[in-house]
Amino acid sequence: MTVVDETPPAEAAAVEAVPLAPEVPDVPRRIGGLTRSGVLSLFGAAASGLCTAVLLFGELAPFSGSLGFFVTAYAAFLLVYAVLTGLEEDGQAVRDRVMTVVLWTAAGLLFTALALVVGFTAWRGREALPHGNFFTQDMQAAGPLDPLTNGGIAHAMLGTLIMITIALTITVPLGLACAVYLNQIPGRFSRFVRTIVEAMTALPSIVAGLMVYAVWILGLGMQKSGLAAGFAISVMMLPIVIRAADVVLRLVPGNLTEAAEALGAPRWRTVWHVVLPTARSGLATAVILGTARGIGETSPVLLTAGFTAALNANPTNGPMISLPLAVFNFVRSPEPTMIARGFGAAAVLMALVLVLFAIARVIGGRGPGHQSKRQARRAARASRQDLERFDELNAARGAGNCATSHEAPAPDDEPASAPTHGDSH
Amino acid sequence: MPHRPQSACGLGDRLFRHQLTATGVVVLAIMAAVGLFLLLRAAQALRAVGVVKFLTTAEWQPDVHKFGIAAVLTGTLLVAAVAVVVSVPLAVGTALFISDVAPRKLRRTLVTMVDLMAAVPSVVYGLWGLFFFQQHVIGLSRWLSDWLGWIPVFKVDGTQPGEPLASDSVYTASTFVAGLVVALMVAPIQCSVMREVFAQAPAGEREGAYALGATRWGMIRSVVLPYGMGGIIGGTMLGLGRAMGETIAVYMIISPVFVIQPHILQTGSNSVSSLIALHYGDASTFGMSALMAAGLALFLLTLAVNFTASSIVARSRSGAQSEA
Repeated sequence: MTVVDETPPAEAAAVEAVPLAPEVPDVPRRIGGLTRSGVLSLFGAAASGLCTAVLLFGELAPFSGSLGFFVTAYAAFLLVYAVLTGLEEDGQAVRDRVMTVVLWTAAGLLFTALALVVGFTAWRGREALPHGNFFTQDMQAAGPLDPLTNGGIAHAMLGTLIMITIALTITVPLGLACAVYLNQIPGRFSRFVRTIVEAMTALPSIVAGLMVYAVWILGLGMQKSGLAAGFAISVMMLPIVIRAADVVLRLVPGNLTEAAEALGAPRWRTVWHVVLPTARSGLATAVILGTARGIGETSPVLLTAGFTAALNANPTNGPMISLPLAVFNFVRSPEPTMIARGFGAAAVLMALVLVLFAIARVIGGRGPGHQSKRQARRAARASRQDLERFDELNAARGAGNCATSHEAPAPDDEPASAPTHGDSH
Repeated sequence: MPHRPQSACGLGDRLFRHQLTATGVVVLAIMAAVGLFLLLRAAQALRAVGVVKFLTTAEWQPDVHKFGIAAVLTGTLLVAAVAVVVSVPLAVGTALFISDVAPRKLRRTLVTMVDLMAAVPSVVYGLWGLFFFQQHVIGLSRWLSDWLGWIPVFKVDGTQPGEPLASDSVYTASTFVAGLVVALMVAPIQCSVMREVFAQAPAGEREGAYALGATRWGMIRSVVLPYGMGGIIGGTMLGLGRAMGETIAVYMIISPVFVIQPHILQTGSNSVSSLIALHYGDASTFGMSALMAAGLALFLLTLAVNFTASSIVARSRSGAQSEA
């Protein structure tokens, strides 16, 4: 991709026009980019693929349904495109063109699926979402046959909020500290911990729920509650947060930490003043992405939180419900209004995840070590102050006639903050 | 590790070290507790019937001591197999697209979108599969069973090939539908692992391939794919682990049966995790122990798959440390 050659077409044509050249002329290959004939054959092939499908479909092809139509059309399109490209290019280039189209298709399919999932949820959620009571009431007074103007998902929203708060209180300190451990204290044990954590990132979420059920509810005899669900979500989120934070911390430039250590900073100061601030945005992203995963998990909550239709703000007492669990319970009912409520709750959940992602994107938009404008200004100001202080110090020394002495003690935060400033200029 | 200067061995640093090591131990303990407590709780049920019988019985009637995971394990593996077969080409294609084909400006956005897709709650996928996707897949299911029905896996009992009046309901709630939905859930996870490895393919070798006159696909085939093979295998297995552990989406789509169901297009299937979700509410103490045993089996299975995956990915990863 980096060596795209911009050969003007005229020149290429001129080279080809030389008759009877004994040696093959060196024409740089075009890599990527679009040519006019390429675009034309793409459209031609698309049109003929579509026509072939219309012609064949229902007559010869044994498919039925819209899916079959698209498959037939696509196969015909690829075939025609290969032939059209083959008219003016060699075999390698034909393969390249066809595979490029196939790669576009694969990505297109995946992103179409994403759009369909998000769009379908929002579309079906449109019945329940416009009702204000949907966000302010719980389901205690609303039966399955009640219209949408009665009852809502306030209890599930509150439950999700409480559970994710519990989970974050546990996973953020533990997860970030563990990630720092994996990065800062290398050795056999930390490698072992890393292996275990990586294997646990794909821990089936229902197993996390089962474990908390076994320990908290069967073992300690507690009842199902928001707290237990928070624990279950923590067990599931912890490896995810550790792994994401570990990856981010690895990206902290080595020269920053080396500079801090060269200035004599102890390890913990280097971590606190250099490594963590440098990776701040990435760590925030790691935590937010973990949160997005934790919010959406149903199965750990299913086993540990119980079920309730009433608002419950106390995580230690009585069952509590979360948004995904509410969705799950709503759509198990055959009543259309309950299913509409389920889609409404799913749309709210989806919106929550999207908002978290938008925040993560805004915070994590910069790589590690890159500062926002405000941070850069703050760093520059601190730098200027340091400079003034040094000047004053030197002036005082000059006045006191002890320019050769180097006993001036460095201020506390000096070794740590200096390298970051250096980086910003 | 370089020689540490004197200041790094002070009291503050020693405390810092111990504290961090302690968090490492705590995390490890939590992870170990998952396996340990499942084992403790499962012991009662496993002792009652024996491991061999537990693995070979298809029924699930723990209260008369007649239970096993043969049916649910088959279902889990089949759902995961369908998911992986469908998701791997999608994931490899998308990863290559993002790393080499997509316009440079789009790439970051595409990466975010893949991450977003991985974070879409599984209950939302389940809703989508149940209320939208299923009715569109039936055509494909019917076609597969009509034309490939002679392959045992695609056989559907009670239908004749080409019979236009056959009811659609034999194709609903099948392993195939659940597998396709799970494929969409695991494809983004696989894709992000693969993309990371593809992006690390050395620039020198890429440009070398171009300099020798390779097309873009030629370069991908001779540089990126061989280099990223570890990532492809590792990502695939990571997706496999996730697919086997998926609960809610599968539970919402399938209609549970407790016989070994090898016909993926036919209605009725099961999986270990949906067995747990189905029965945890009405289980007796012994039944709960049996469910814990099923959970333990699932846990060990996914752990084995994930270990293999992460070791393969780790071996293919070059230069963990990056310099600015």
